[in-house]
Amino acid sequence: MTNQILENVEFDEDGFMIDPNAWTAEIGEAIAARENLQLTERHWVVINFARQEFEANGEAPTLRRITKTTDVDTKELYKLFPGGPAKKAAMVAGLGKPTGCI
Amino acid sequence: MTEKSNGNRKLCIIMSKGSLDMAYIPLILANSARMTGIDVELFFTFWGLDVITKKKMGGLNVATVGNPSMHPWFHIPTLLGAIPGMSAAASWMMRGEIDKLDFPPVPEFVQLVIDSGANVYGCKMSMDMMKLTKDDLVEEAEVLGAMEFMELSEGAQLLLV
Repeated sequence: MTNQILENVEFDEDGFMIDPNAWTAEIGEAIAARENLQLTERHWVVINFARQEFEANGEAPTLRRITKTTDVDTKELYKLFPGGPAKKAAMVAGLGKPTGCI
Repeated sequence: MTEKSNGNRKLCIIMSKGSLDMAYIPLILANSARMTGIDVELFFTFWGLDVITKKKMGGLNVATVGNPSMHPWFHIPTLLGAIPGMSAAASWMMRGEIDKLDFPPVPEFVQLVIDSGANVYGCKMSMDMMKLTKDDLVEEAEVLGAMEFMELSEGAQLLLV
């Protein structure tokens, strides 16, 4: 099922979606499953915010912006997305690798 | 200790400077590493201890004497840099610039790096020399000897700032 959804999606060599505009929540779920992440309501707070920011500014928000704007703090963010929240959150949200330093 | 990330890459940073401009280098690197899932150990020694000393970390300054790299703000000739208040003014300016980039002030940044799962250590010998105890450091910091740090950094990428 998961594989079927991702079959028609283009990824770069690091696993980020090439076209962020092709993202759907379903694809987000499938990418999360590929990354062994079980998405909860709290993950979606981050993902939805990242999508919202992308639609407004054309790029993924920095982690600092996520923790300052949503009620997800740094510790929780790292728990939600183990293995590097900057990469993983952007990946599940279908966005490119973030370039910010903070 | 925090849970370890997926890969094995580990970055160890030895921080030996205590000025405002230098403080941001290890903090930015440590934070970037954690954001991409790299394990981080931060060892603060000599003047670097100021960065994790509760009473000092909020008031770090930029040196205006003997610091040739003050641009892009302005260059201060050494003789002028010695005028009282010059360092405070330059530090104030730099804090403003840092804030504009949305980088947090040093105490908040140290907490951010700790919350992100980096481990923070104070160098025992330097602390003895400066009459500091564990209580003077941020709560999460541990006190470590240089030899213990060597054990801890085995196989890691090591960086001296």
